[in-house]
Amino acid sequence: MIEVLYFAWVRERIGKARESVETGAATVAELVTELRAREPRYEAAFADTSALRVALDQELSEFDASLAGVREVAFFPPMTGG
Amino acid sequence: MKVSVQEAPFDFAAEMAAFGVGRADVGAVVSFIGVVRDDTGRMRALELEHYPGMTERAVTKITEEAIARWNLVDALVIHRHGRLGIGEQIMMVATAARHRGDAFAAAEFLMDYLKSRAPFWKKEHGLGGETDWVAAKDSDEDALKRW
Repeated sequence: MIEVLYFAWVRERIGKARESVETGAATVAELVTELRAREPRYEAAFADTSALRVALDQELSEFDASLAGVREVAFFPPMTGG
Repeated sequence: MKVSVQEAPFDFAAEMAAFGVGRADVGAVVSFIGVVRDDTGRMRALELEHYPGMTERAVTKITEEAIARWNLVDALVIHRHGRLGIGEQIMMVATAARHRGDAFAAAEFLMDYLKSRAPFWKKEHGLGGETDWVAAKDSDEDALKRW
């Protein structure tokens, strides 16, 4: 079981801020494929992963990264702080 | 070092009065304030979403890196989230070093990294109730390459 968090327009498109996901995905990319297959709103949010960033356990990571031992995955657009 | 991610306004004068004082090795203090700007004349407010937990970690890491790299005597970052009006202060950065070159460079580094490596997302609220997520600029990403 992995906690999946969504921020900014990813959260708005999917319609929720977080959820627990039962998954056998070995990598972030595999998790994305599973999520996209769920419903059109997930497909809309993940249509272009080059427009997204991912954090694993609150550290920026990559889509080809392993999910082994990861408890929290977050998807969001490029950051606009400052 | 002080790092704060908060919704409430900060008191710039009070923060600076307490920053880097009583230290014989401080020769230069640089400070910066980010302010909500309206380029279009059609903005009512700016909303900043953040990732509680990761934001504090990311800002702390970036600040620690600046301190190590420019041998800072002290550094301070306050970044707000929530809904802010035009002209409100979003964030402040202060750096204290022996020499001004290090203090300026570290402050610029902090600004560049906070802009695209700290998990904040800006949303503009227009006068007519319309909303628009602010897109990250390529120039912001390019700015990181100089460090």
